Amino acid sequence: MQRIGVFVCWCGSNIAGTVDVKAVAEALKAEPGVVYSTDYQYMCSQAGQNLIIDAVKEHNLTGLVICSCSPRMHEATFRKTAAAAGLNPYMVEIANIREQCSWVHKEMPVGTEKAIILGKAAVAKVNLNTSLTPGESPVTKRALVIGGGIAGIQTALDIADAGFPVDIVETKPTIGGKMAQLDKTFPTLDCAACILTPKMVDVAQHDKIRIFSYSEVTEVKGFVGNFDVTIKKKARFVDETKCTGCGDCVDKCPMKKNPNEFNMGMDNRSAIYIPFAQAVPKVATIDAGACTMLKKGKCGLCSKVCGAGAIDYTQKDEFIEEKYGAIVVATGFNPISMDKFDEYAYSQSKDVITSLEFERLTNAAGPTQGKLLRPSDGKHPHKIVFVQCVGSRCAACAEKGKEYCSKICCMYTAKHAMLTRDKYPDTEVYVFYIDVRTPGKNFDEFYRRAVEEYGVNYIKGMVGKIVPEGDVLKVQASDLISNKQLHIDADLVVLAAAIEPDKSARPLATMLTASMDTNDFFTEAHPKLRPVESPTAGVFLSGACQGPKDIPETVSQAGAAASKVIGLLCKDKLTGNPCIASANEMMCNGCSSCERVCPYGAITYSDKEFRMPDRTTQIRRVASVNPAVCQGCGACTVACPSGAMDLKGFTNSQIMAEVDAICK
Amino acid sequence: MQMKEYKPLIVAFCCNWCSYAGADLAGNNRLNYPADVKIIRVPCSCRVNPMFILRAFQRGADGVILCGCHPGDCHYTSGNYYTRRRMAMLFSMLDYLGVERERTRVEWVSAAEGAKFAATMNDFVAQVTALGENKRLEDLRCKR
Repeated sequence: MQRIGVFVCWCGSNIAGTVDVKAVAEALKAEPGVVYSTDYQYMCSQAGQNLIIDAVKEHNLTGLVICSCSPRMHEATFRKTAAAAGLNPYMVEIANIREQCSWVHKEMPVGTEKAIILGKAAVAKVNLNTSLTPGESPVTKRALVIGGGIAGIQTALDIADAGFPVDIVETKPTIGGKMAQLDKTFPTLDCAACILTPKMVDVAQHDKIRIFSYSEVTEVKGFVGNFDVTIKKKARFVDETKCTGCGDCVDKCPMKKNPNEFNMGMDNRSAIYIPFAQAVPKVATIDAGACTMLKKGKCGLCSKVCGAGAIDYTQKDEFIEEKYGAIVVATGFNPISMDKFDEYAYSQSKDVITSLEFERLTNAAGPTQGKLLRPSDGKHPHKIVFVQCVGSRCAACAEKGKEYCSKICCMYTAKHAMLTRDKYPDTEVYVFYIDVRTPGKNFDEFYRRAVEEYGVNYIKGMVGKIVPEGDVLKVQASDLISNKQLHIDADLVVLAAAIEPDKSARPLATMLTASMDTNDFFTEAHPKLRPVESPTAGVFLSGACQGPKDIPETVSQAGAAASKVIGLLCKDKLTGNPCIASANEMMCNGCSSCERVCPYGAITYSDKEFRMPDRTTQIRRVASVNPAVCQGCGACTVACPSGAMDLKGFTNSQIMAEVDAICK
Repeated sequence: MQMKEYKPLIVAFCCNWCSYAGADLAGNNRLNYPADVKIIRVPCSCRVNPMFILRAFQRGADGVILCGCHPGDCHYTSGNYYTRRRMAMLFSMLDYLGVERERTRVEWVSAAEGAKFAATMNDFVAQVTALGENKRLEDLRCKR
C-alpha cells in the first residue's frame, strides 16, 4: 500500500481564486492511501519544494500528488523534488487544477468540486504507480540544419564553432536565402550582401560544415540523439567537385529565356545557371525543364565549353543517409501569392510589384543594375505608392490573406520609401498604412526619419482599387484621418505582401512529427520559456519558420537554437522516457498485432523457453520491446488482444482507476 | 417537484502533445467551458483502449470525448489514424447497444487551438445535456 502525500498549490490567487484549496486538501485526506495532505501558496517555489521534501521524510511518503498547474509546466520540477526527497521521480502525479480547472471555471463551488475529483483521479493513479528508471541512449554528435538562409547559416556556424559537425540542407542551388535577395537592411541601412556573403563564405570554408545544396530531406526516422535522415541530392547535371564556377557555360547556353527566380522573374537566365555572383557553392546547375540537351538530346554546348569537364547529363538524384543527434528547422518564409488580390491589379500591370521585387529593382546586382526603373517601359517612376498590409492582418479575408501581422513590412517599406527619396529626390512617395508598427531598437527613429527628413507621405487608410490606365496606375484610396477619398496617378505601386511559411515546412513537420499552428508556423515547446525548441525532443526552430521575424531577431534565435543543440550534443548519453511499452511474456500469444501497429518498429518477436507449472518446458514465440526505440505512444497496448502489452506510467489499470475516480 | 439541474458527467481523453496542450491553452486564455468535463491525460489518442470508454459508461458517464492531434500531425506519426478506425468501430457498436452517437465523439484539437478546445467542449456538453442521463450501460453495482 502506498503512503501518499497530497500537496495543493494556491498559485497565488490563480488557483485559490476559484478553488477552495483548503477544502480540496481536506477532501483528499479521506482517499485511500493518503496519509498527509496540505496546501501552500506556491508549491513550485523553493519553500514549497522544501515543504514537500520535509513531508516525505516526516510521513514516510511513497507517492506524491501535486494539485497545481499543468504537468506540461511543472511535472519535471516536481519529479526533481521527489528525487531530492529520495523517491523515484515517477512516483509523482499532477492534478491539473489551474489550466484545466481554476482558469476555465468562474464559480468557487464548481471549481472546488472539480478540483477534488481531479485530485481523486490523481490519487487513484498514484496508488498504482511503480518506480520507473529511464534507459540511456547514445548521442550522435552531428547536427542537421534544414534551410540555408541567414537563420540556417548562423545556426550552423555557431554549432560548428563549438566543434560539432553540421550539415546544411538547402533546396535551392545556393545558400543565402531571402537575405541574399535584399539590397539594404533596416534600421542601419547596411548592405545585405556585405554582411551576408562573408558568412556564406565562412560556411563554405568551415571544416565542420558540409553544404548539401539543391537537396531536400526526404525521410526522418529515429529520435532525439539518434535521427536517421535521408537526404535527396537532386541531379544538377554538373559535377560539384569539378565545377569552378567560371560561368563560361552560362554565357554559351542558347536557352536564355527562363525566368530568373533570384530576380523574382523580372529578367531571364539561361538553362544552365549560377543564381548570383556570390553563390555558395559557386557551382552551375542545369534547369532540367529548360535544357534542350536533357529534353531532346540536342545541344550539349555547355559540355563543350566546360574546361573542367564538369557537365554530366547522365547525373541521377542521389540519396544520402546520415545519422544526426539534433535537427534544426530553418525553412524560412515566402511572400504570399498576389493572385487573389486582383483589386491591386498585380496580374494586370507589370508596374504593380511586390516589395521583394522592389528590393531586386533597387539592388545593384538586380535586373536594372540598381536603377529604379518601371518594369513595363524602363522609365523612371516619379510617383510611387506603397501599400502596406496586403494580405496581413486580414481577419475578414482569411481565404485570401493571413490573420497575423507579418511584422517586417512597416520597417522595410519605411526603408524603401526613404531610400527612394534619398536617391531620387524628385520622386513623390506615398505610403498607405493601417498602423505603423515599429517596436524594435532604433525602429521608430528610423520611421520618423523617413517622414520628417525624407518627406515621405504617410497616409492612414487602405487602397481600395488600382486601375491601370495608359501608362499610369489610378490609385483610389481613402485617407482616414481627413476622411477624404484620394485619387493618385502613380507610376509604380509596391505591395507589401504578407509572408507565409515556406511550402516545404508542412511535409517536413509531418516527417519530424513536429507540430504546427493553423498558419503552418512551427509550434515552440513553450511560447515564452522554450521558444527555440519544438515539442518534439531533438528538433529545434530557427528563424521565420516559427513566426514572422526580421534579421536581428532571426540571428538571435539562430544563436539560441545553436546553443540548445550544443547543449544536447555535449552529452554522451541521453536518459530516455521510461514511460514505454512492455510485454508480459506469460500472457503474450505471439499474434504480431502489436508489431504491425508500432510506428517505430520497436517490437520484435523471438522464441523463448518457458517452464510450465507441470515442470515441462515449452518454447513460445513472444514479443519484446526495444526500450531505446519505443517512444511510448501506446498503440500496441490497445492492439494486443490478450492484454499482454502495457504502457509504463500509463498502465491499463492506472487509466482505469482514473476513469473510476472521475465517474464515482 | 423541482429536479436539481441536470449536470452530465463527461470524460475527455486528451493526447499529451496536442489536445492536452490545447486544453492548457484554453486555460491560459481563460476560455470557459463547463466543469462537467474531466480530462484524463494519455500519451496519444491511440492509447485509449475501448475498454476505458466502456468502463466510463458502465460507471455512469454520460458522454466520452477523445481528442487527438490532427490527422497527419500525430506526435507518434500514425497513432491518431488507429484511433479514428478503432473509434469508428466502437462508436457504431455502442450506438447499436443504445449509447447514442451524440454521446461519443472524436475531435482533433492541436496545441494551438485553445479556442477550438473550449468550443468543442461547450458544444459536446450541450449535446449530451440535451440527451439526458445515460442508463444503457450503467452497472448498478457501481451506482453513484
